[in-house]
Amino acid sequence: MSNAPAAPAPAAGGRAGMKKELSEHFKAYKGVWVFIEVERGVVHPVSYELLGEGRKLADQLGVELAGAILGPKGEATDHAIAETFAYGADLVYLMEDPLLADYRNEPFSKGLTDLVNTYKPEILLLGATTLGRDLAGSVATTLLTGLTADCTELAVDADKSLAATRPTFGGSLLCTIYTLNFRPQMATVRPRVMSMPKRQEKPIGRVVTHPLNMAEDDIVTKILEFVADRQTGKVNLAYADIVVAGGLGLGAVENMQLVKNLAKALGAEYGCSRPIVQKGWMPAERQIGQTGKTIRPKLYIAAGISGAIQHRVGVEGADLIVAVNTDKNAPIFDFAHVGVVTDAIRFLPALTEAFTRRLSPHNRDRLAG
Amino acid sequence: MHIVVCIKQVPDSAQIRVHPVTNTIMRQGVPTIINPYDLFALEAALRLRDEYGGEVTVLTMGPPMAEDSLRKALTFGADRAVLLTDRFFAGSDTLATSYALAAAIEKIGEVFGKPEIVFTGKQTIDGDTAQVGPGIAKRQNLLQLTYVSKIAKVDLAGGKIEVERRAEGGIQVLETKLPVLITMLEGTNDMRRGSMADALRAARAEIVTWSAKDAGIEDILKCGLRGSPTVVKRVFAPSPRAEKAKQIELQPAAIDTADALIAEVFGRLPALETELVELHETL
Repeated sequence: MSNAPAAPAPAAGGRAGMKKELSEHFKAYKGVWVFIEVERGVVHPVSYELLGEGRKLADQLGVELAGAILGPKGEATDHAIAETFAYGADLVYLMEDPLLADYRNEPFSKGLTDLVNTYKPEILLLGATTLGRDLAGSVATTLLTGLTADCTELAVDADKSLAATRPTFGGSLLCTIYTLNFRPQMATVRPRVMSMPKRQEKPIGRVVTHPLNMAEDDIVTKILEFVADRQTGKVNLAYADIVVAGGLGLGAVENMQLVKNLAKALGAEYGCSRPIVQKGWMPAERQIGQTGKTIRPKLYIAAGISGAIQHRVGVEGADLIVAVNTDKNAPIFDFAHVGVVTDAIRFLPALTEAFTRRLSPHNRDRLAG
Repeated sequence: MHIVVCIKQVPDSAQIRVHPVTNTIMRQGVPTIINPYDLFALEAALRLRDEYGGEVTVLTMGPPMAEDSLRKALTFGADRAVLLTDRFFAGSDTLATSYALAAAIEKIGEVFGKPEIVFTGKQTIDGDTAQVGPGIAKRQNLLQLTYVSKIAKVDLAGGKIEVERRAEGGIQVLETKLPVLITMLEGTNDMRRGSMADALRAARAEIVTWSAKDAGIEDILKCGLRGSPTVVKRVFAPSPRAEKAKQIELQPAAIDTADALIAEVFGRLPALETELVELHETL
């Protein structure tokens, strides 16, 4: 058999898998689902963002939008159901069981897999959180279907397939990925990548319940303790109204202070680009971009950041992007709204001073001296 | 204890360049490194071996040149390296990759002893999916512990492990049974400097090199492009916004440029100025 012809080299446009030949079995898969992430009683806002996106996909496909909710019976789950309808779902698939009170991979992956196999959605969206990624990888592998991580754009194409766009090659380019011949088409989206849809008071609609059929003894992993993060001093970049960030153009670790000073004057959060974290100048939790935090502030000020695609996709949701960079050809000026071509190291202190004066005029004399 | 650490050789992303005209990646001359997230997994594995005894096997799937990364892992102190390489693996997405790696781990178990722990990094810096770890766990029927920040204890006799896991809004302390798959969170340890003895051993070490068939993979249709349910249809650079950034003209004094910028910002976001002024009054 060693003389068998070599497999043809993959050529763009010529791949066997490029053609859509959906089997009869998969044609029964209908509808768009969003996994509603409820952890310790709280719905993660990314679930609402996904309902907004899922609504658009469902309308284009002419199908229903459903929320899949797994949790214990009680107030928190009831609240999640009501909110799922308020954010646009037509129906809810509900799995209620005390074993679903805290996230564990085993019951959640069995539960969601069972729901999918029973009710057969064509699209399944999850938030790219630690929970969503843990769960999505297990479910997609069990279902042997495609899963596209960290999408920045979702669309339905002419033949009604899901076109999922995400950064690739370390965030230097974008690519559009399809799961043509398997169902459901699964995708995760990071928090804040999609905008929050409008909430509309709506009566609770159709709720389809399904049992988990598991006992505690079936679950090997036990939760010994949950240590909640301290709320004080916690970085909340993703939901900040104003963000100031620094990049390699700032030249030295001590210049990170310039970013912090401006942030402080504006009551803003501060962050940085990926190379800054790689150099150890700021902690990973401050990283903005594809592999860090996605932000949607009203105002984003990027100082000394060139604006690689992986950074761009993390900040494009900002209402106003201001870029300060010495290189007038830096890619950041391709997507910033306002630019200043100058050295951020010298400009940031001036900007901090000018903002402080403007916002508290009685400080003017003291600061000018 | 036998520990398998899955690593990936990736282009050093800081040096990736995109061809300005064709929008393709210019791979030539781009140095490769071990995926930085994998080093936290490797160091965690080496520490467990140092504490509990046993062996660490590093495994990678990739082209023949991925041997460089395996040798590097040996210089840090890994005991054995396995390279899974075959043209049938070309074009694998995460589902096909986890299929091949799971098969290789099964084979490693047969040949070198069944691992109690399989490690991966949190994700890679080139694909950024975080899907291969969970994929291997599901296919190998291993309990899955992702985003682990600390391995608190391993009870080999009792076949148990206790870890801390980064979850949304806090840390979960979990206990589960071996064997497990752990994806290690970044920043949780510092990679050791390898010893001179390890460097010498690594240079001479024989890398165990397996084809798909060697790894016991019979169904080639589950590998590579043909085993991948996802299809990349288009790779492109995003287009610039139709409207270029409005450039603020530089003044001789930086403070005047700053004032002009602020006027532009608040001109576009008047409500923000009101909010900020109120905020400053309360300070």
